[in-house]
Parts: sequence; structure tokens; C-alpha cells
Amino acid sequence: MSPGTLDKYEPVIGLEVHVQLATRTKIFCACPTGFGAPPNTNVCPVCLGLPGALPVLNRRVVEMAVQGALALNCQVRGESIFARKNYFYPDLPKGYQISQYDRPLAEHGHVDILLDDGGSKRIGVTRVHLEDDAGKSMHEGFRDSDRYTYVDLNRTGTPLIEIVSEPDIRSSSEAYAYLTELKLLMQFCGVSTCDMEKGHLRCDANVSVRLRGAEKFGTKAEVKNLNSFRFLKQALDYEIVRQVELIESGGRVVQETRLYNPAVGETFSMRSKEHAHDYRYFPEPDLLPLRIAPGWRAEIEAAMPELPPAKRARFISGFGLRPYDADVLTQTREMSEYFERAANASGDPRGAANWVMGDLAAALKADGKELADSPVSAEQLGELVALIAKGGISGKLAKEIFPKMWSTGESAAVIVEREGLRQISDTGAIEKIIAEVIAANPKQVDQYRGGKTAVIGFLVGQVMKASRGQANPQLVNDLMKKALG
Amino acid sequence: MKLAIREIRAGLRSGQFSARELASRALAHAGAENPKTNAYLHLTPERALAAADAVDAQLARGEDPGPLAGVPIAVKDVILTKDIRTTCGSRLLEHYVAPYDATAIMRVEQAGAVIVGKTNCDEFAMGSSNENSAFGPVRNPVDLERVPGGSSGGSAAVVAQGTAVVSLGSDTGGSIRQPASFCGIVGVTPTYGRVSRYGLTAFASSLDHIGPFGGSVHDAAAVLEAIAGRDPMDATSAFAPVPSYTAGLTGDVRGMRIGLPKEYFAGLASETGDLIARGVDTLRRLGCEVHEVSLPHTEYAIPCYYVICTAEASSNLARYDGVRYTSRSANGETLIDMYRNTRGEGFGAECKRRIMLGTYVLSAGYYDAYYIKAQRVRTLIARDFSNAFQQVDAIIAPVSPFPAFKLGEKLDDPMQMYLSDIYTITGSLAGIPCMSVPCGATAAGLPVGMQILCNHFEEAAMFRLAHAFENSGDT
Ligand SMILES: [Zn+2]
Repeated sequence: MSPGTLDKYEPVIGLEVHVQLATRTKIFCACPTGFGAPPNTNVCPVCLGLPGALPVLNRRVVEMAVQGALALNCQVRGESIFARKNYFYPDLPKGYQISQYDRPLAEHGHVDILLDDGGSKRIGVTRVHLEDDAGKSMHEGFRDSDRYTYVDLNRTGTPLIEIVSEPDIRSSSEAYAYLTELKLLMQFCGVSTCDMEKGHLRCDANVSVRLRGAEKFGTKAEVKNLNSFRFLKQALDYEIVRQVELIESGGRVVQETRLYNPAVGETFSMRSKEHAHDYRYFPEPDLLPLRIAPGWRAEIEAAMPELPPAKRARFISGFGLRPYDADVLTQTREMSEYFERAANASGDPRGAANWVMGDLAAALKADGKELADSPVSAEQLGELVALIAKGGISGKLAKEIFPKMWSTGESAAVIVEREGLRQISDTGAIEKIIAEVIAANPKQVDQYRGGKTAVIGFLVGQVMKASRGQANPQLVNDLMKKALG
Repeated sequence: MKLAIREIRAGLRSGQFSARELASRALAHAGAENPKTNAYLHLTPERALAAADAVDAQLARGEDPGPLAGVPIAVKDVILTKDIRTTCGSRLLEHYVAPYDATAIMRVEQAGAVIVGKTNCDEFAMGSSNENSAFGPVRNPVDLERVPGGSSGGSAAVVAQGTAVVSLGSDTGGSIRQPASFCGIVGVTPTYGRVSRYGLTAFASSLDHIGPFGGSVHDAAAVLEAIAGRDPMDATSAFAPVPSYTAGLTGDVRGMRIGLPKEYFAGLASETGDLIARGVDTLRRLGCEVHEVSLPHTEYAIPCYYVICTAEASSNLARYDGVRYTSRSANGETLIDMYRNTRGEGFGAECKRRIMLGTYVLSAGYYDAYYIKAQRVRTLIARDFSNAFQQVDAIIAPVSPFPAFKLGEKLDDPMQMYLSDIYTITGSLAGIPCMSVPCGATAAGLPVGMQILCNHFEEAAMFRLAHAFENSGDT
């Protein structure tokens, strides 16, 4: 298909994202939420759905979910209602999922994403609701997998929030940017680790295409299993082309659920929505309406960290960073906080930014370390930057000092002191070296005086060498000129 | 062995008998009588004797063994007991052993009670005659040709029979009050949220209650006192403090305002109606003021109830699917076959009827017309009661339009069976406390219960009225 044909169409995409909340215990019981425990060990009558067991809502889950919703600029409802979503599946022990339906936790939010052209776009968030996760069915890997499916219920009852976007997304790269920003916001709040490999962030997409300029949406397909950023983009690109080709060849998109198969890079029809489940939602009678009083809401809001958009703005206006740098430094909460501490200690935020993004990032990468394990603390890095800014050491020298800080964990001041690396700004001392250099290099002195002034670089270099790099280069330059008359 | 709790307390203290002797006698008596009534599904001798020995040991040490010390209690087989089978009267749970005790079980044992057995009931508490048990019907000890009522028929029968002193039942739309009426004993449905539902197998969660049966108002009140109160394991359990119900049985009900709902008595020209009318006369004689009240939405109560309870049941019973603890059908090749065959073979006709009805009313396109409308009606019915309780302290009503009927008599007419729930389901829908207290017998000797309904958490007033009535000498 020609790019021209594809360009006639506009994709319309909405994402449904499930985020696992980072509570220690499950949403309706006290079982741990840990990953990797032996199958069916983190369970109790409640999450096993045994007869007579009843759910009791975990307060911490609500607090995290509200933080997540606030980070998405949602309005949190004063009262939301849990509802049962009924369906049969072996890894769903109650025969229903406890979710929220017509009165979700929060609504009417938005996320601002950065576009490739540097602009920004607002993606609406329809709703955020709470629900419990199902268990895990294992169809493969057992000796009798041809006849049996194994079920692990450790994950059953793990708290999730489902974040449903408006159909505001118009390309796979916008979808990518939206999911990236959403992940960032959730991680910043400490609401979720968003570890996609562990299934803490799961994404489904509703995709349709329409002729550009058309008002009406096309028929949408739901694409599931977009469980990495790469798959999301690949699957959406595939699905958009598939739908356009279908329409161009006179076909019709059917409303259905499709599964992305990353091995072949295609989406496959799972089941037609026309024969879809009727989930028979109704209010969960075992749980009272969830009331979030203004006081509690305020408490939760007060505990919110500063979020990336606000941080970025402050880094630009307060620290004078370039937007690109501000964006890079707010990629994680740890990084932004590290940078801010380093910047404050340095008195030179832009210098600190360069060091964090440059030498520090390189060293972390080389050693495969997380920021939290950095041997150089933010304050130490800030001190190094301050030394440069105040003329205590040259930038060149700092580049040599940093690896020593990295390997020893010592502060720049300690290393400078021990190795006698302090920059020499003592005019008398420098003049003495200059006199020696002039005396030792009469040929170059003559050349300079004969009008070949570029040779001063050599002479200054000799002074720097003689001072083992510690002489203040600017001062050397000035004094040399003076000495050469 | 028709002992009252007070007599047991005195007997244990005076050394007239030990808790172990009492438990052994109860177990032997139950074993001997059970073939007649089929009221017990299984006896629990090990657990009973261990509990009795603990009581005896406490007494020997001079400690207080609790308000229900040594009292033989039977438990409806929908209430979970750790390490003891809980079948719910269903083939599907024929071999199910729960790994935990219901809160009410822990509380009665904490109070010193001795669990002697699990009682028969309609499958998953669905029925009004105890004929829907997978393990055979229960016969009414008053007349073995007749039903004991349902669904807590076994729990009512064992108290009437004297093989247990008290028992626990469950009530969703009358399943405690109606069998109490049929068997001539006291049965209590407390306020919704008064007793934890944790460990009660759910039928219709918003309507399910655990409540006691007793040979007297005092005994039923003593059991409720032990099991009532907030439970952190049940989000719908109430924080309201629990007064001493037994201490409130003063016998003085002078000035109490009694309401007779005109909608209930309009068409009730029967022996039952006459007995209730005589009961009201007694209350008048005891110093109560009698007023007519109106509960105008009563006529919508039955459809409202059967929409809500079946909707919830269809969801609550989904977990019996053959995957985990449910007895799995041996037939079928695929997952869907397993579900269909397990549930098709496992559930009795009444459960299937209700699951289908409930699934239907929750289905897309019908939800608003049925479920939502039923919830609105429920609100109106609750409002009827709160309006009535502006004028009166208690409402008197029949429990059932007729006394115990013969086994098989109504089995083929589920609609007739549903309609007979009219007097009990209104109180259930409103979530208010209600009870059945014996009110004499028909010419044929069949007991008839009088229903007392009070406002939310007014159990103390309800018991006081019932107790005064019981001791009036008129019944
Ligand atoms: Zn659990």
C-alpha cells in the first residue's frame, strides 16, 4: 500500500491500561502481593473465593489509587461503587471480578504528552477505577499440559487500577508517548513500579480508522497483549495498516477482540464482540460504597510528590535548564531528585545537569548500576561542580577527579587535598613558573615577539605542564601575555 | 432434654452434671432421634466433647466459662466449621471441608457453647420447606408427615425435638422465622449487619443473616448477644454497640406502641389470622397501645425480593464450578463441558431455577427493567417501615399465611411457595430485626408463630416484647 493511501486515513486510538498498585498486601485480604512465591502459597479464604469469605477493602489501595487518579488530573468521586463483573474462568475463583462500573473512583482527567515535533498534546482520561486481578492459568510447560491447565492463584486479588483514555490518540507514536508519560506519572507517585515484564503495567488498545476529515468514528477492534512499549507501537502500526487495507479493498472492519502476536508481528482475531460476554455487572453487595471524605482526600493529596510536568517547568524557569535537559532529568523520580540535590549543592544547576546527564549517567551505565546505588552522592557531585564553578579546579581536572570519586566514594575535596590538586591562582607562584618557561624556551619567545602570537599556546601549555595542571589556565594566559610584553 | 440455658448454667455450677455429660447426652439423643426427622446431616462428637471438656476444666479452675457454657448448639450446614464438612445441603459440596470457622462459630464457642452437629437445610438455603436438600427432606418433629419449614428446617427441628438447646440458622427471606413458626419455637433474624456474615455461605449477600433459634426468647436472646457485634472480616457488619438483650427482658411492655399493617391483615381470614388476633389482644392486655399502620408497597415485595435474591445468587453460586473444591462431574471433554456437567448434575432444581432467573434479570437489556427497578422498590419498602416506626415501636404480623404443610404438598408449585414468603420478605428487604415467637396452635395442633418487627438495631425492644408475650400465660 502506498504511503499516500495510508495518509488518507486517520487512526483513532484509545488505550485501556491496567496498573498494579505497589501495596504490600492484596486489595481485599491481607495476603502479600509478592512476585515469585511458590504457586498457590500467597492465598487465603478470601482471595481463593472460598464459600463464606468476604472482601474487606485495603485502605492503602484506595490511597494509592487516588494518588494515581490525581496524577492524571482526574476528579475523584466522593462516592464510588464496587461492582461485580461476572464470568467463568478457571483462574477467577469467585466467578466474578470485583471492579467498578457506573460509578468509578475517578473521572475526567488528562495527560499532556510531548510530540515528536516538540509540541504537546492533551489526551483525555475517561476514568480510573479499582479492581482485583485474577490468577494465572498455565497452559504449557507441564508434563500433562496436553490434557490439563494449571492455575496459580497467588496473583488473585492483587490491586489494580484501570485507566481508560478518551479516543484522542491519533498515531502509534502518540500512543507510545501517552503510555510513557502515564508510566512516569505512576512511578513518580510511587503508586506502581510499572514493571511491564512482571505484568505491573498492561495495555489494551481500541483502534479504528476513518477518512481524514470524517466526523464519525470507524468500527473499532480491541487489540490485547500489548505488553511492552515496542509491541504497542508495532501492533498499532500493523493494525492501522490492516484496517486501511481492509477498507481499501472493499471490506469492512468488524468489532472484535484481537491478540497481538509479537513473534510474527501481527494481530489475530480472538473472538467476535458480537458474541461477547455479557458481564452482568451489578453493585457488589459485600462492600459498602467507597466514600472519600474531603479531609481524607486532602491528606492523600498532601502526600503527593511534585509531578514531572511541574518539575520540568521549575527546572526550566528556576534552574535555567533547556527543555530537553529538563525532560531528560525528570525521566524518573530518583533522577530528578538526585539532580535537584546536586544542583542545590553546586550553585551551578546547568553545570550539575551536564554532570548528571554526562559523566554520572555514563558511569552508571558502564557499571550497570541504579542511581540509588551510585557511589557518588548528589551532594558530592554538587561539590565537584561547585569547585569548578568557583575556580578551585579546572574542568579538565574535574574529569580526572570524578572517576576517583566513583571508585573510592570519597568527596572531591578530600581527593583534591590529598593529591595536592588544588588549582594554583597564586600570581607570584605562576609568575615564577612563567619566568622559568621563558628562560627555557628562547626560540619560541622570539617567535612570539616576532609577531607569531599563536605560539603562546605552547608556552602556556609548558606552564600548565610544569604546574601539573594545577595552574589556573586563564591566569596563566594573562600573566604570560604580560611577561612577553 | 428440654433444658434452658439458665438451667444448664445452674446445673453445671451445682455439679448436677458436667458439660461432658450434657454433650454426651445430647449427642446420644440426637443420634437416636435423627432417623425420624433427618434434621442433622452430621454430628460433631469430637468437637463437641473437646469443647465440653474445656468448659469443665474452666469450671474446675473456678473460671467463668462464658454465658453459653456447656450449651449444646446445632449449626445450619451453610455456616462454615473448620475441619468439619459444610455441605450447604448440596451434592456439589458433599465432601467440602472448610479451612476456617465462621465468625459466629468462633463467637459461640468463645462463649462456651458446644457444637453438637450440622443441620440439614434447603440447598444453599433456597427453599421454604427443607424439601430442596440434596440429602433428603427434614420432617417436622411436631408432626412427622409435615415439613419443618425452610430453609433452616433442620436447625428449627433439632430445637423443637430437644436434641439441641439452641441452634444457628440463616435467614434471607424468612428462613429462620418461618421454620420457627412451623416448629413452635423462637427464631430471630437480627438487623442486617448485626451479626457477621463471615463464614456464612452466601445466597443473597444483601439479604443474608445469621440468627438464633431457641426454645425461649431468653435463650435466643442469649445466643444473639454472643454472636452480635462488629467483625473486621465483614465490611457490612455494624459498629453499633451490643446491649445485653437478656438483661432487658423485664416483662414490662406497658405503653409500647404496636402497629398492625392493614395490608397484612386484609386477606388473612384463617386460623392463623385468628391466633395472631388473639396474640394482639394479649399484647393489649399487657399494656401495649395498638395502632393500625400502613406499608403501602407490600404488594411489590415478592417480585422485588425474587429479583434481588436471584440476581445475587446467580453470582454467588458461580464459584461452584468444579475447578477447585466443588465435586467435579466425571463427564465432559472440554472446560465448558466440565462447567455445564458439574453444575447441571450438581445443583438441584430450585437452585437452577434461581440461577437462571438471576442471570436473566442481570442481563444486558433487562438489568434496568428488573434489577434497578427492584432496588428502587426495596428503597420504598424500607421507607414504608421507617415511616411506620415514626408511629409505633413494633409491628406485629403473621409469619406465614398457613401452618406447616405436608411433605410434597407444594413441591410442584414453586410460585405458591414464593407467595407464602410475603410476610417475612418485607422485613428482610428493609434489613430490620424480626422474629417469630410461638402464638398458640391450630385445632389440629400445628404451631403458629407471631412475627415481631422493630426498627434497625432495636433488638432489645423486640426481645422485651416477645418475652412479655411468651410469659403472658396466654399461649
Ligand atoms: Zn488472600
